[in-house]
Amino acid sequence: MPDRENRSVFKVNTERRRLKERIFTTTILVATIMALLVLVYLIASVTRDGAGSLSWDFLTSFPSRFASKAGIKSAIAGSMWLGALTLFFSVLFGVGAAVYLQELANKNRMSQVIELSIATLAGVPSIIYGMLGLGVFVRFMALGRSVLAGALTMSLLVMPVIIIASREALKSVPDSIRMAAFALGATRWQTVRDHVLPAAVPGIATGVILAMARAMGEAAPLILLGALTYVAFVPSGLFDGFTALPIQIYNWTSRPQQAFHELAAAGIIVLLIFLLICNSAAIFIRSKWGAKK
Amino acid sequence: MTSRPWAKVSNFQKFREKLVVKALLVCASISILTTLGIIFILMEESVQFFSHISLFEFFGSTEWAPLFEPRSFGVLPLISGTMLIAFGALIFALPIGLGIAIYTSQYAQGWWQKILKPVLEILAGIPSVVYGYFAITQITPLLQALFDDVEVFNAASASIVIAIMVLPTIASICDDSLRAVPKTVKDGAYALGARKSEVIISIVVPSALSGILASFILAFSRAIGETMAVTLAAGGTPNMTLNPFEGVQAMTAYIAQVSLGDVAHGSLEYQSIFAVGLVLFLMTLAMNLLSQFIVKRYARKYE
Repeated sequence: MPDRENRSVFKVNTERRRLKERIFTTTILVATIMALLVLVYLIASVTRDGAGSLSWDFLTSFPSRFASKAGIKSAIAGSMWLGALTLFFSVLFGVGAAVYLQELANKNRMSQVIELSIATLAGVPSIIYGMLGLGVFVRFMALGRSVLAGALTMSLLVMPVIIIASREALKSVPDSIRMAAFALGATRWQTVRDHVLPAAVPGIATGVILAMARAMGEAAPLILLGALTYVAFVPSGLFDGFTALPIQIYNWTSRPQQAFHELAAAGIIVLLIFLLICNSAAIFIRSKWGAKK
Repeated sequence: MTSRPWAKVSNFQKFREKLVVKALLVCASISILTTLGIIFILMEESVQFFSHISLFEFFGSTEWAPLFEPRSFGVLPLISGTMLIAFGALIFALPIGLGIAIYTSQYAQGWWQKILKPVLEILAGIPSVVYGYFAITQITPLLQALFDDVEVFNAASASIVIAIMVLPTIASICDDSLRAVPKTVKDGAYALGARKSEVIISIVVPSALSGILASFILAFSRAIGETMAVTLAAGGTPNMTLNPFEGVQAMTAYIAQVSLGDVAHGSLEYQSIFAVGLVLFLMTLAMNLLSQFIVKRYARKYE
C-alpha cells in the first residue's frame, strides 16, 4: 500500500532508516571524539615544543633579547601580584554584591537595574574592559600603567562571574537556616554573616577559583593598559609597572623565530599547570562539600 | 549575640545593620557604575573622533589606514575582517557543538557522560593567547600543507581556533536545553514507531530550538569579541576580502595593535580605538540582548 506509507510521518522503509540511524549516531560520536582529540593534540603539541626550554633558569631569569637567556621571572611575579590583588578586590566587592542582591535587596527598580547591568557586563568583550581601565584607572585616577590599575580592571572583568556563582551558592542554602536564625531574633545581617554565608562558602570558593583562573589567562585588557612586554624587574609596590605571563607568551609567540616559539610553549606549560591546579581545586571543593546541601 | 541570641536589638546594632546594608549596596552598585563607565569612556573619546572624521567616512569608506599618510578611516574592512573570522568559526562550531550536545544529552551514559562535560569545558578554560599560539604553530602550517596560497597570517586559522574555543559554550547550553525536553514528549514519538535518531531530529531538536539559537548567538558574540587568538593568527593588515586564506585585521586586533604601539593620548589614532571599541561594544550588546530575548520569548515551558 504505497499510498498509506507516504502519508505516515515515520515511513516503514526499514533498510534506509536503519542506515540513516547509523550515519547519525556515528556522526555525532565522531564530533565528540574530534573535540577530545583536539584537546589532547593541543596539550601534546605545546608540551613537545616547550618541554625542552623548561628549566629552573627559565623560571628565574628575566626576559632577554637572546632566546637562550630569556625567562619568565618578571612575568610570574607580575601575575602573582595581579592575581593576589584581583582576588582581594573581586571577592570583597563581588561577594558583597551577591549577598546584597540575594539576601538583602528588596525587589525594587534599583535591584532590577543592577541585575540588568550584571547580565550586560557578563557579555562585554574583555578588551572593552581594558579600555575602561585605561580611561578610569590609568588616566582619570592617575594610577598609571601600574599593577594596581591592572588588578582593578581584572576585578571588574571577573566580578560578574563571581556575583553569579556566589548568588547560586547563596540560593542553594536552605531557607530553614534563615528561619531558625530569624526565630532567635537575629537581624538580617547577623543571619547572613553567621549562618547563610558560612554555608555558602564552598560554592562561592568554587566560583572565585574559576574566576581567578580566567583572570590569570587574560591578556587583552592588560595590553590596553600598557602592561609592558619587556620588564626586567619584579614589581615591589602597588604603583610599579608589570608584565604578566599571558603578555609574555603573546610577545614571544608574535616573533617569527622558532626559538622564541619554544619559549612561548614553555610559558604556556607553566600557565596551564597553574590553571590545572585551580580547576582541580574547584572540582575538589565541589565534590567534598558540594553534596551536603 | 552568640551568648544571648534572644537579646533585644540595641540601637548600635540597628545602626550597624543599616551601615552594612548600605555598604553592600555600594558593592552591588559597582556593576551599574562599570556599565555606565564603559559607555561613558567609549562615547567621550568617540565623540572627539567623530568631530574630525564624519560618520559618513567612517561607515562609507572601504579603506582603513589610520597610521600612514594618506590617512583613511573607513571601518568596513575591520568589520568585514571580524565577520569573516566569526562566521568562519561558526560554520565549524555550530554543527559540531550541536552534535556534541546531542551526544552528551541523549547518548552518553554513566561515568562517560559524567566526565565528558567537564573535560570538554577544559577547552573553554584555556586562555585565548594559548589558542593564538596553537593557530600559528599548528593550524596555519597544516592549512599551508593542504591548500595553495595560504598566507602566514590568515582568517581561516583564526576561525578554526575560535571554533574550538566556543565549542564548549555551544555544547553546554544546547546540552541543557536538549535535556529540558521532557521524556513524555519523546515517548510519544517512540510510540509512533520512530527511531532514536528520528526522535532527536524531528522532536527533541525542534523543541529545544530557542536554547540552541541562543547558544549560537552567544557564541557569535564571543567570536566577535575575541582578541588574542585573532591578533596572533589573522594578522594586522586591514583587508576587505572574503578569501579566508588571506590575512585580515579584526576590530579587536586593531585595538590591540594600536595599544601595543606608542600612541599619544589625544591623537586621532588614540581616539580611533575608542570609536572601533564602541562599534564592537554595540555589536556584542545587540547579540547578547537578542539571545536573552529569544530565551525569554520563545523558551517552551513544560508543565
